Amino acid sequence: MQTVAQILHALQAGEISSREITADVLARIERLDPQVHAFLTVTPEAALQAAAEADRQRLAARRAGQTPPPLLGLPLAVKDVLSTRGIRTTCGSRILDNYIPPFDATAVQRLKAAGAIIVGKTNTDEFAMGSSTENSAYGVTHNPWDLERVPGGSSGGSAAAVAARMVPVALGTDTGGSVRQPASFCGVTGLKPTYGRISRYGLIAYGSSLDTVGVLTQTAEDAALFLHLMAGQDPLDATSMDVPRPPQRLEGREDLRGLKIGVPREYFTEGIQPAVARAVHAALDVMADLGAAIEETSLPHTEYAVPVYYLIATAEASANLARFDGIRYGPRAQAEQMWDVFFRTRGQYFGPEVKRRIMLGTYALSAGYYDAYYGQAQKVRTLIKRDFEEAFEQVDLIAAPVAPTTAFRIGQHSGDPLSMYLEDVFTLPANLSGVPGVSFPVGFDDLGLPIGMQLMGPHFQETRLLHAAHIYQQATDWHRHQPDLLAGD
Amino acid sequence: MSLTREEVIHIAQLARLELTDEEIERYREQLSAVLDHVARLQGLDTSGIPPTASVLPPRTVLREDEPRPALPRAEVLANAADAQDGQFRVPPVFGERE
Repeated sequence: MQTVAQILHALQAGEISSREITADVLARIERLDPQVHAFLTVTPEAALQAAAEADRQRLAARRAGQTPPPLLGLPLAVKDVLSTRGIRTTCGSRILDNYIPPFDATAVQRLKAAGAIIVGKTNTDEFAMGSSTENSAYGVTHNPWDLERVPGGSSGGSAAAVAARMVPVALGTDTGGSVRQPASFCGVTGLKPTYGRISRYGLIAYGSSLDTVGVLTQTAEDAALFLHLMAGQDPLDATSMDVPRPPQRLEGREDLRGLKIGVPREYFTEGIQPAVARAVHAALDVMADLGAAIEETSLPHTEYAVPVYYLIATAEASANLARFDGIRYGPRAQAEQMWDVFFRTRGQYFGPEVKRRIMLGTYALSAGYYDAYYGQAQKVRTLIKRDFEEAFEQVDLIAAPVAPTTAFRIGQHSGDPLSMYLEDVFTLPANLSGVPGVSFPVGFDDLGLPIGMQLMGPHFQETRLLHAAHIYQQATDWHRHQPDLLAGD
Repeated sequence: MSLTREEVIHIAQLARLELTDEEIERYREQLSAVLDHVARLQGLDTSGIPPTASVLPPRTVLREDEPRPALPRAEVLANAADAQDGQFRVPPVFGERE
């Protein structure tokens, strides 16, 4: 599978048709997905029809001397927490088992307007609550690098689909690391934009003050294009910001000279797998060779990110998920009184992790505990946000590992949710402070599992981090490695 | 921090979740462990620190109050477990939960 940039170039040059590339994508899904299970829904008929239409549109544009839409005819996968008009959207939950949105999420709508074709919806932890995709009600996704291991989560389906080269690009969402961590586990590039950069309209809400729409690709260059197309204010999301859209192309820089990269000492603790620390330091050496100045920095409240996140995100979730009650969508448990319909529907159709988080959030917001839990977490969130503001007075970017380990075994954390939560320590701070982050491959461990590194930057400086990742990818080839699963493909 | 069985039942009541006895016991253990972990926040001095509810600069977003088409009713109701005469149909709403 080629990159988005290569496919678009081939489409524009007339070397390939949208029908051909879409048929190729669908054939790859049919061949590989029985092993990987990245997809919850595949829409072959609609996709092939849209591809034929795209080919007609391209021909008509050429004859009329017009420029066709930038993504015309490009196949795309979408995480199943983003609403897609007319295409089943489950959030990985039985409670939305049969839900067909009557509208598109703004991010999806903008990409469709740019000509992209949806080929399917990807697996996710239920309501994006998880770090392994094991919390999906529809079965786990397998990591293409080792089918016995998790792809990460919650955008594990999207990461695995791109890693297995089933699609050139997939949308994800990142509330606490759900784009960056699976990108790291699957050896692909994942962008979590600044909070407020891309409209959340149609993203079925988990933690509203943390949720972001992101993208998983093979390269930073491809991520920049999708950011450009999805970004911008939306009247349907009051938190989407009116700031200039980032450029479509990463231009005007040949190396990393003049860039100061800070490395927070709190991210290299004893819990980190030695291979991960080694790979990140080796990547920093490459960046230094490319001209970047590397210096130590500090984000002193990092150790509080897990407790702060798991109070704030669950509190918001407990409110957001109140809407799932069996009345307007989803299956309904039978009962004589509506009161009982609510209790039974939610008890029967929410999965264990979702119930756990709703309970935790409800507790944190309940009378007598609000100040001690939710209120205190919001204050410590301020301290975490200030850590970044102070660090970015000294450095242009922050570089860090994405996760303390490479992909873990399916079932390794089952029955012990806290041990799974602790794995999120390096990705949560960016969500709590709202800053953008990009995760990209920088090596492999002894078992051949991918290792990712993330760059974080000040609010709305996505282009700075994507550009640095792009320069790194020009100088290295970690992002071009493919899993053995594709041998002979 | 150890939650009691009664506390778990109370939280489930607030959250509108019907739980089995087995779930109540499992959540009691697991939530107690998580609360033990988050207790480390209590040791941090946050006097004088304002809470962060949003990372964005505070602002008010206004729009013209103009009517616009709503979602297509048939598509919306097609998702409901029960609908009648263009409306959601629900069981009786009065009465106490036993």
